[in-house]
Amino acid sequence: MKVSEQQSRLSVFKTYKLYVGGKFPRSESGRVYEVTDPKGGRWLANAPLSSRKDARDAVVAARKAVPGWSGATAYNRGQVLYRVAEMLEGRREQFAREVAEAEGLSKSRAAAAVDAAVDRWVWYAGWTDKIAQIAGGANPVAGPFFNLSTPEPTGVVAVLAPQESSLLGLVSVLAPVIATGNAAVVVAAERSPLPALSFGEVLASSDVPAGVVNILSGRTAELAAPLAAHQDVNGLDLTGAAADLAVDLEVSAADTLKRVRRPAPAPEDWTADPGTGRLTAWLETKTVWHPIGV
Amino acid sequence: MANQKPNRSADASAGPSAGRKFAYAPAPESRAVVDLAPSYGLFIDGEFTDAADGTVFKTVSPSSEEVLAEVARAGEADVDRAVKAARKAFASWGALPGAERGKYLFRIARIVQERSRELAVLESLDNGKPIRETRDVDLPLVAAHFFYYAGWADKLAYAGYGRDPRPLGVAGQVIPWNFPLLMLAWKIAPALAAGNTVVLKPAETTPLSALFFADICRQAGLPRGVVNILPGYGDAGAALVAHPDVDKVAFTGSTEVGRAIARTVAGSRKKVTLELGGKAANIVFDDAPIDQAVEGIVDGIFFNQGHVCCAGSRLLVQESVQEEVLDALKRRMGTLRVGDPLDKNTDIGAINSAEQLARITALAEAGEAEGAERWAPACDLPSAGYWFAPTLFTGVTQAHRIAREEVFGPVLSVLTFRTPAEAVEKANNTPYGLSAGIWTEKGSRILSMASKLRAGVVWANTFNKFDPTSPFGGYKESGYGREGGRHGLEGYLADAADLTGGPASEKESATHEGV
Amino acid sequence: MVYRYARRYAGLVTMSSVVPAYGPDAPGRLAGLADVTASDAALRRFLHGLPGVDAVGLEARAAGLGTRSIKTTAKAYAIDLAISMIDLTTLEGSDTPGKVRALCAKGRRPDPTDPGTPHVAAICVYPDMVAVAREALGEDSGISVASVATAFPAGRVARPVKLADTADAVAAGADEIDMVIDRGAFLSGRYMEVFEEIRAVKQACVRPGGPEGGTAAHLKVIFENGELSTYDNIRRCSWLAMLAGADFIKTSTGKVAVNATPPNTLLMLEAVRDFRDAVGVQVGVKPAGGIRTSKDAIKYLVMVNETLGDDWLSPDWFRFGASSLLNDLLMQRQKLSTGRYSGPDYVTVD
Repeated sequence: MKVSEQQSRLSVFKTYKLYVGGKFPRSESGRVYEVTDPKGGRWLANAPLSSRKDARDAVVAARKAVPGWSGATAYNRGQVLYRVAEMLEGRREQFAREVAEAEGLSKSRAAAAVDAAVDRWVWYAGWTDKIAQIAGGANPVAGPFFNLSTPEPTGVVAVLAPQESSLLGLVSVLAPVIATGNAAVVVAAERSPLPALSFGEVLASSDVPAGVVNILSGRTAELAAPLAAHQDVNGLDLTGAAADLAVDLEVSAADTLKRVRRPAPAPEDWTADPGTGRLTAWLETKTVWHPIGV
Repeated sequence: MANQKPNRSADASAGPSAGRKFAYAPAPESRAVVDLAPSYGLFIDGEFTDAADGTVFKTVSPSSEEVLAEVARAGEADVDRAVKAARKAFASWGALPGAERGKYLFRIARIVQERSRELAVLESLDNGKPIRETRDVDLPLVAAHFFYYAGWADKLAYAGYGRDPRPLGVAGQVIPWNFPLLMLAWKIAPALAAGNTVVLKPAETTPLSALFFADICRQAGLPRGVVNILPGYGDAGAALVAHPDVDKVAFTGSTEVGRAIARTVAGSRKKVTLELGGKAANIVFDDAPIDQAVEGIVDGIFFNQGHVCCAGSRLLVQESVQEEVLDALKRRMGTLRVGDPLDKNTDIGAINSAEQLARITALAEAGEAEGAERWAPACDLPSAGYWFAPTLFTGVTQAHRIAREEVFGPVLSVLTFRTPAEAVEKANNTPYGLSAGIWTEKGSRILSMASKLRAGVVWANTFNKFDPTSPFGGYKESGYGREGGRHGLEGYLADAADLTGGPASEKESATHEGV
Repeated sequence: MVYRYARRYAGLVTMSSVVPAYGPDAPGRLAGLADVTASDAALRRFLHGLPGVDAVGLEARAAGLGTRSIKTTAKAYAIDLAISMIDLTTLEGSDTPGKVRALCAKGRRPDPTDPGTPHVAAICVYPDMVAVAREALGEDSGISVASVATAFPAGRVARPVKLADTADAVAAGADEIDMVIDRGAFLSGRYMEVFEEIRAVKQACVRPGGPEGGTAAHLKVIFENGELSTYDNIRRCSWLAMLAGADFIKTSTGKVAVNATPPNTLLMLEAVRDFRDAVGVQVGVKPAGGIRTSKDAIKYLVMVNETLGDDWLSPDWFRFGASSLLNDLLMQRQKLSTGRYSGPDYVTVD
């Protein structure tokens, strides 16, 4: 944080840390990088410069969280997600300041982005126990069988958060991943990671189980490569990857046939109605047959 | 009964009835219903044509090694020609009212029904699978698939994939040899219903039924270029997948090729569905309906000679009933009739190719080398053609190659478990995730197991059931996307990932400018 | 102790060979399972511990076997075998000695134009017609006289009446007794009552002079599958009857809406197969009612062939309870030998 010259009191800086497995570790590499104001280039903080090993640890934490989170009732997941929105609402001013600094926005535009992020989170909280009814259903097969299709979470999803929208963008890509019962490893926007790292604190003070969301900061390309190749990652959201990098990552992800969501060719409008595309991207349809007989 | 190896003999009708009181006389289906030409061309833009470079290949009957016909072999230039024809046809086909597209598909469904005996015999000849299966399974499902998707063509807006669903454009489709015509139906029916045009490459060992289907398209009056069929090898498939003017890639086949396709399309606009390999666990609990479970095990692994991606190739049997189930299974395997695919009483036909036979043989030998115990019923195999007796391995562990690799043949690996948790752990312990089976009379256990198994299709107290309304596809390395049912439309519609019909993404609108 | 699948008893029974249910060694084999039938509770536990039956799977298997294509030599074999397995039946209130004699003549020489035609297995009549049939067939026909008994078809009389009915038929010369179980008792779970009644009827099948030397009529136990209603019940009933000493288990009386069907017969074939594996006693199976065409009969024989094999492919172990079936088999037989389709005027109607 900056020291206001008007203030007589010396403020307390926050050391920004990663959020992995419900804890706030530093990068195992001990590295940090300088995060600056995009307008003036003013120093804002040192963020952890995560390593491949941090990415690996995050995947382990996410995998460990999958059974519990995917096995929780959809109602319970909805409650937990709503709790996140409550916590975020309570820290609107902090996030408005951080988003303004991170993205070089005016106070009012930053506040609007935070409000939109809270509302987006609420929107996804409400989807947890509805998506299965929309995406699944009974199939009228031509025989004496009960046949039902149900969407299930894909598993561990690695998410490259959008580079241009440090909180609303982050929330827009993260919430659908966990609303559907997946666990996420998120690589925060490279140049503006601070709102994402603070968002880890929101998650930690909500009821989100440890490991369901893991947040890394650092070089997107450096972290994305091991995640794309990782054999225990099931899905890869390339939203925050530049075009060239996205191609390399998709090629790498092909080795394990990950579900890949390509980046949009044009910048996305994070204020628009998101639809259900980001929910269904991380769902697998399971179809169960059973005979009908006495 | 240990390690009985099958004998080869010249008598194709030998089998379980040899030396028995009630021996079934040969009951061959007539070949006369199929009028085979000596040679076939590519089907591009509504015409049969030679390959640009004039190359041809021979397709043989795997049960006799008889050459059935000579077929034009598509190359890169032909792929380009076919994609151009499909692109041209897309302009009007995609714009046709859905009801009209649907009527073409209904026509196709009806003509398939009319010609089903001919097509069944043809399929058995070219593929080697028993006529009992082509007649009772493949062909009815092919017709049903077209019938089902025909009805969707004018109801797409109700499918939940957007208020104004649009087709993608040209679909490049590559299908395998195990269910040639059925896989064609799974690919072409939803593609056309959604308004796409198609370039389809059948497998090199089974090109004929797709070419007969081309003739059905002509009989149905389908506009030129809407369906193009390119018989050929992997090079043609690769060229099709890589073609820059293809908007959609659909593939059924091996996980290895699936990976290569996923790499090829990386960074493109192409939408992809992949239906790949499997190593399904068929889990039998001690309270299972044993007789039906044995039928399900047999159907699970020996249906279509085990050339089934969702085959129940790993039998996981609870230790307390292991002996009982295995005794019953061996007894049942002893009644399987292996032989002439065109004999109406044949249960197991020929292995599709010499290459596949070599692969099955090698994996079975690896099973023995790794210490598993091999068993097959006494079984006289014909001397010509490609044959493999129904085989099971006991004493198999998760570490054995036959428990991990897809054999794609009539080879069952038997493993055991003690608790439901162990069954789930072993069942899921594979990079694949296409299908699974559960056999127990306890309802709550079925639902618990079904939710824990990481597989796209779970058959409880049944196995290998298929229906056009039922989505099919895998988890993990068994691929992605679903074929069949409402879900099967998603892969052929723009913006289809969005159930609500939210804002159209720029990506796909960019794809279709000028269309 | 919860009894599960019968195979658990394989260790109890030291089988040197399989014995027929009607042979002198069968009671000894059954005694090995005395603990199962020691009490009502034990019997219930055992029957409910049998593996369940999935209806759809069973029906699919039966239908699958029904698609076998039986041609030329195989068809000729099957037709003659089917004829030889028929319990040619008349069970009408209007039956007369004349009708029964005509039936016996038909059974001995089904096709007067072809003496090579096999005779049927038995003539099946009501108890009061046994003496007539016995006389009409003589002693050397090789055809048995079968009599329904125990107040067939409903069985709703007191046990002494059932036993007297049985003893009367045996005394009149019946070789085989087709009894009906008490379906009411079975459906209300009184398994021991059903068990004991079968035992009592079996006892009543013994001819005067004692049980030695095969002087007992063979006992067929009719379940009336249509009334048992579920496949699980049919499997339990099969074991119950076999444990009680049934020589044959029989699907139905022919007097209700649902009689023999391919799936319910297949299930009983599986039961006799498993019973022989477990106990070493071979029991026969008789589907009855509704089997009218050669095509139907051949489907049943295919089921026997592929479920049980050679050991049951004989009139000693498999029967058809039928009347009109015979003429259809004869017409098919004529077609096979002449190459022309036959017609109803070329087979005898009695």
